[in-house]
Amino acid sequence: MNIVTRILNNNTSRRLSLGLYLCRGFATSKEAIEKLVTHNKVVVFMKGVPQEPRCGFSNAVVQILRMHGVNYDSHDVLKDEELRQGIKDFSSWPTIPQVFINGEFVGGCDILLQMHQSGDLIEELKKVGIKSALLEAALSESAEPAEKKK
Amino acid sequence: MSYTEEYVKNKLLKELEATHVEVEDLSDGCGAKFNALIVSSKFEGKPLLQRHRLVNSILSEELKSIHAFSQKTMTPKEWDKQNSQ
Repeated sequence: MNIVTRILNNNTSRRLSLGLYLCRGFATSKEAIEKLVTHNKVVVFMKGVPQEPRCGFSNAVVQILRMHGVNYDSHDVLKDEELRQGIKDFSSWPTIPQVFINGEFVGGCDILLQMHQSGDLIEELKKVGIKSALLEAALSESAEPAEKKK
Repeated sequence: MSYTEEYVKNKLLKELEATHVEVEDLSDGCGAKFNALIVSSKFEGKPLLQRHRLVNSILSEELKSIHAFSQKTMTPKEWDKQNSQ
C-alpha cells in the first residue's frame, strides 16, 4: 500500500510541477495562450481550481460544467499573474473566469449561466462532440415511457 | 476612484441609448461590485457575447477599478416579453 501511495504521490506532484512550469514558462505570449485554449475542447481560466474555486463567479462556472458532465482543462490565474493579464488581453475580456469552447472565447460567468438557462450550452457542446449529461438525463427519462409501449 | 450606482446607470443610459437600466451596488457603496440590467435597442441582432463586449467597452475605464460586474442585456422586445410573462 505504501508503495502504491508513494507512486501516486510522485505522479501527482510531478504532474503538478509540470503544469506550473508550463504556465509560468510560456503563458505570456499569444501563441502560448492559443495552445492552452485549443488543448482541450473546453478550457476554463479561473481563480482557484475546480476542487476549490476561490471566487464565486469561478465557482458558478465549475458548477455549471459539472452539471453538464463536461471534462475540461482549467488554469488557475491566481498562480500566474502573467497568465491572468495575458488571457484578458488575448480575449479582450476584462474579467475572470473565461470559458473557451473549441478554442473560441465563449464568455464569462454571466454568459455561461445564460447559455445554461436557455439551453444554448447543450447545443454548443453538441457542436464539438460533447454530449451534455443533462441532455442524456432528459433522454433516458423520455425513453422509459416509450419502452413501456412496446 | 470608485463609482456610484447613479454614475454607472447614467453612463449606460446615455451611451447605449438604453430605455431601461437598473444598477445595483452589491459592495455596500464602495463601488467594487455591481449588478446591471440593461435594455437597449442597440443589442438588437447581436449575440450575447457582442452585447456584453459593447457594455464592457463603454465601461472599460470603470472596469479597471470595478472588481465584479455582472450584466444582463436585453432588447426592448425581449424585455417586454419577459414582463408580460
